[in-house]
Amino acid sequence: MRPFQYTRAPSLAEASNLTAGENTLAIAGGTNLLDLMKLQVETPGQLADINRLGYADIEDTDDGGLRLGALATNTETAVHPRVRSDYPVLSRAILAGATQQLRNKATNGGNLCQRTRCFYFTNIDQPCNKREPGSGCGAIDGIAKLHAILGTSDQCIATYPGDMAVALSALGATVEISGDKGERSVPVRDFHCLPGDTPWIENILERGEIITGIVLPAPVGGTQIYRKVRERSSYAFALVSVAAIIELTDGKFSRADLAFGGLAHKPWHDPRVGECLLGQVPSDALFDKAADILLEDARGFGENDFKIPLTRRTLHAVLSQATEDAA
Amino acid sequence: MTVHFKQDEPDNSNRLDGMKQGVLGKPMPRIEGLAKVTGTAPYAAEYPVENCAEGVLVTATITRGEVTSIDRKSVLSMPGVIAVIDDEKLCTRAAQGTANEAPMQGPAQVCYWGQPIALVVAKTFEQARDAAKHLNVEYRVEEGAPLDPGEVEPEEQEDETVHQGDLAHAMAEAAHSIDVTYTTKGHASAAMEPHAAIAEWDGHKLTVHASLQMLNYNITELADALDMEEDDVRLISRYVGGGFGSKLGISEEVVAAALAAKQVGRPVRVVQSRQQVFQTVMRRSETTQRLRLAADDNGKLVGFGHEALVSNLPGESFAEPVLQSSHFLYGGENRELMLNVARIHRMTAGSVRAPGEAVGMPALESAMDVLAEKVGIDPVELRLRNIPEDDPEEGLPFSSHKLAECLKQGAQAFGWENGPRKPRQRREGEWWIGIGMASAARVHNVSEAKARVTLKADGTALVETDMTDIGTGTYTILAQIAGEMLGLDPKRVLVELGDTRHPRGPGSGGSWGAASIGSAVYVACKAIREELATKIGTSEDKLELNEGRTPTGESLTDLLEGKDLAREGHYEPGDIEDDYTASGFGAFFAEVRVNHYTGETRVDRMLGAFGFGRVLNAKTARSQCIGGITWSIGLALTEALEFDPRDGHLVNCDLAEYHVPVHRDVPDLDVVLVEERDGAASPIQAKGIGELGMCGGAAAIANAIYNACGARLYDYPMTPDRVLAGMPD
Repeated sequence: MRPFQYTRAPSLAEASNLTAGENTLAIAGGTNLLDLMKLQVETPGQLADINRLGYADIEDTDDGGLRLGALATNTETAVHPRVRSDYPVLSRAILAGATQQLRNKATNGGNLCQRTRCFYFTNIDQPCNKREPGSGCGAIDGIAKLHAILGTSDQCIATYPGDMAVALSALGATVEISGDKGERSVPVRDFHCLPGDTPWIENILERGEIITGIVLPAPVGGTQIYRKVRERSSYAFALVSVAAIIELTDGKFSRADLAFGGLAHKPWHDPRVGECLLGQVPSDALFDKAADILLEDARGFGENDFKIPLTRRTLHAVLSQATEDAA
Repeated sequence: MTVHFKQDEPDNSNRLDGMKQGVLGKPMPRIEGLAKVTGTAPYAAEYPVENCAEGVLVTATITRGEVTSIDRKSVLSMPGVIAVIDDEKLCTRAAQGTANEAPMQGPAQVCYWGQPIALVVAKTFEQARDAAKHLNVEYRVEEGAPLDPGEVEPEEQEDETVHQGDLAHAMAEAAHSIDVTYTTKGHASAAMEPHAAIAEWDGHKLTVHASLQMLNYNITELADALDMEEDDVRLISRYVGGGFGSKLGISEEVVAAALAAKQVGRPVRVVQSRQQVFQTVMRRSETTQRLRLAADDNGKLVGFGHEALVSNLPGESFAEPVLQSSHFLYGGENRELMLNVARIHRMTAGSVRAPGEAVGMPALESAMDVLAEKVGIDPVELRLRNIPEDDPEEGLPFSSHKLAECLKQGAQAFGWENGPRKPRQRREGEWWIGIGMASAARVHNVSEAKARVTLKADGTALVETDMTDIGTGTYTILAQIAGEMLGLDPKRVLVELGDTRHPRGPGSGGSWGAASIGSAVYVACKAIREELATKIGTSEDKLELNEGRTPTGESLTDLLEGKDLAREGHYEPGDIEDDYTASGFGAFFAEVRVNHYTGETRVDRMLGAFGFGRVLNAKTARSQCIGGITWSIGLALTEALEFDPRDGHLVNCDLAEYHVPVHRDVPDLDVVLVEERDGAASPIQAKGIGELGMCGGAAAIANAIYNACGARLYDYPMTPDRVLAGMPD
C-alpha cells in the first residue's frame, strides 16, 4: 500500500470535486479497493470517503419500483422485505456472492464497480493491459479457467466478477449517477463496458461521477431464479451464473428476461435470447436454440472452453426449472 | 534425573487401562481453547516487543538466474525505511521437515519465481511493504528453466523401487486386470496463521518467537543458518495457528528476522503476506500415478503396480512419498512400485498434511473401485479379500491391524448396502445421488522425545517440553496422561510447551507427536510413581493413585514432604521398528450428489472409521479425523495449485482463489473410533491420528461420483468441468 491522503467528503458536490481530480478514488465499503491497494494494483494518492453522504435508504418509487441507495449495504438490500418479495432474483444474487462479513460492509454502488479477479490483474509483477496498458495480457496464454468466452478482445479476457449486477441486468434496473455536469441515469445493461482496446475502462463513470442509487422498475410477475455454478458452494466467483425472470401464459413464454455472469467483461444480456423464447412452448429444442443464439460468438481460450457447454447446460437447467415452477 | 526408555519389545500390559484416575481417553475440551477463541493466546507475531522494526521480504520476479544488483538507494530515502538486507545467509527456501540443517541460502541465486531475495526493514509494516515493492532489482536471467514435470527426464528414487515376481505376466494372465492413470494437482497447507517471526538479540544470545512445528529440529536449522551455537538460540512457539507441514522446518522469515535484528540493532518482526506464504513456503507436488491391478476370479490380487511421478526443485531431497502405504496395504505377489521425481523450477515441494498417502491413497482406492466393478463384487468385500496376513514386501508382521474392523463397523454405521453396484440409479430433481467408499492407511511413525514432569510439593504437576501444539490438542492430552499416571485431575497439571528451554520433544509432524511425546511423559511419570511406591513400601505396578491420594488415604503432598519430585522422561523407539510394520487403518464412506446439468458435486454426508491405537482424548481425536475428512473433500473437489506455464509462478495464491472447503461444503461428518491397543506402536499403545483422516477419503468421493452419475474420473480435483466431460449423455 502506498501512502495516500484520506478525505471524508462532506457533500456529494465535494465528493464529485475530489474524485474529478487525477489519482483520487472514492471509497465506500472498501472490500475490494483496500485489498487492491495492499497489492498496489490500485495506487490512489487520495481516497474520498463517501460513506457519510447519505444515499443509504431503500425506498419506494412513485411508479411502484424501488430505489436502492448506493450506500446501502449488500446485506441490507438482500434482506429488505420488498427486495425479497418483489425482486427475489436480486436478493438471491447478492446472497450468492462473497461472504456474510463482506456483504455487511460492501455497498450497492461499490458492488457495481468491483474489479476483475483475474490472477494477472492482481499480481503487479505480471503483465496486464487493464492494470498497465500496453504490458500485454497474461491470461490469454496463461491460467484462464475463470475467464471470459464472450465479448473478449486480444487485449483482455477478464470477467466482471459480481453477482448483483447480473440480477440487476435481468431486472432492467437503472443506475443513478451524479457528477459536476449534473445527474444522469444509465441502464445497468449499459453501465459496464467490453474490454476492446481499452480494457482499463470498465464502466461508463466519468471522473467526478458518483453512483447515488439503483432504481428497480415496478415488479413483474413470473418466476425469478438466480443460478450460480461454482466449484465450492460459497465464497467463490461464478464459473457461470444466470439471472432469469420467466413467465408463462397458456403454456408459452410470455416473459423471458435473462442475464449471465462469469462469461464476459460485463453482465451479459443479449435481448435475442429472451426474444426467441417468447410465444413459444418450452422444449429442449427451444432451449437449445436459445443457447445457440447466446453462444453464437463464444470463444474459449483452452482452459475455459468448458464454459461453453456449461453455459448451455446451465441455461437448460434454469429454463427447465422455471417451466416446472410455472406449471 | 533422566529416565531413558528404548522400546525394543511390544508392551501389551495395558498399564494405562489399569490406572485409577480415569481421565485418559475422555473427551476433555482443550485446555487452551478459551484463550484461543478469546484472542488472548499470543501467536508468533503478537508478542509485545518494544522498539520492534518491521521487515518485509522482497521476492524474485524471474524464474531462474542471478540477482546482479539491488539498488538500495531506491528505497532508503523512503519514509521510515531503515535497511535493505541481502545477506548471503538469507534463506531462499524453507527447510524440509526434520532436515536438521539450514535450508538453501544465498539470495543472489534465483531458482523459482517468488523466491525471497532480500528483506526491507522499516519503522512500520506499511512502510516496509511499500518499500519492498519499490526496490529496484536487476537480474541476469537464465532462460529455459523446465517448469513442466512431463518435459524432463525424471530421477528414480531407488529406495522406493520394488520388483517382485512378474507383474506384466500377471496382468496378462489374470482373470481381471486394470491399468489406469490418475493425476493430482499441487496443494497448499493454507494454515490460518501466516509464517511469522520476531527476532531479538541480547548480546550474542538470540530469541525468536516464531510459528513452527518442530522446535527440536528448528533450533539446529536456525543455528546452522546463522553459524551459531544452539545454546545461544532460544525459539518460542507456544501457539501455532495451523502448520500442516508448512512449518516443519524453518522458513525464510525466521532467518531474515534474525539477520535483520542483528544488523539494525533492534528487534525485527517479519510476517509473510498470504501471497508470500503460498508462493515461498511449501507446495505438495502434483502427481501422475499409474495403477496396475491384477486379480483372480474372486477378486484376490495377484499383481500390484503403482508408479508415480512427482516434482521438486533441484537440490531438494524430498520426493512426495506417494507409495508409502501401497507397499503394504494389499497383497499381490507380483509387484512393481516406482517413484520418480522431475526437477522443475516451481516453488519448493515438501510436506503437506499426510505427505504420500494424501495423494497416493486417492489414486489406489479409486483404482480398487474400478477393479471391484470389473470383478463384479462389492468394493468393501474386495478390500476384505485383499488384506494381507503380513507385510507383502517386507514379510514383517503388522503391529496391529484394524482395517477389517474399520470396513465392517464403518459400513454398518454408514448404512452401506453390500452387493453389486451400478451407477445412475438414484436421482432427485437435477441431482444424481451416489455412494462410495475407500480404505484409509497411513504409516505410523514415532520419534525420540524428552519431557520433564515435576510433581510439585503442593500436589500439582508440571509438564515441560519444547514440543508444540499446532492446534491438535497436545496441551490437553499431556495433562491427561500425566493426570492419569499421577492420579491427578488434569486441571492440576500445568503443561508448558513450545520453548527450547524445555527438554527436546519430537515436534509435531508425521502424526508422530502424541504417541512420541505422550510416551516421554509416560516414562517420566512412571519413574515418579516408582519413587512414590518406594515411599509407601509397595511396587509401582501396584500403586493406585486417584485424586491425589493413595488407596490408604495418604495424600501426594504428605508423601512429598514439601519437596518437588522431578523426572525427565526420555523415550526412544528401539529395535521394534525393524520387527513390525505399523500403520493406522480405516475406511471412508461418502454420499454425494452430482448436478446433472452443471457437474457440481456436493458431499451430503461422510463417515470415517479409524483404528489408530489408544485414543488419548476422544474429542481431540475426533476433531483430527473431521479435519482430515474435510481435507479429503477439498482434495477431491476443489483444491488445486495453478502454475503459470511460462514462468512457473503460482497464480492462485490466496484463500479466495485456492479453494479449501467452506462450511457449506462440509456436511454431516461422522467418525467411528475403533477400539485398539497397539503395544508395538508406542509405550502408550497409541498411533498417529492427525493425517489418517485424509488418506483415501477423496477416493470415497470420487467413487461416489461415479456411482451417482456414471462419470469415472481419473483427475483430482473433480471440478464441474471434469465431471461434465466424463458424464455419459
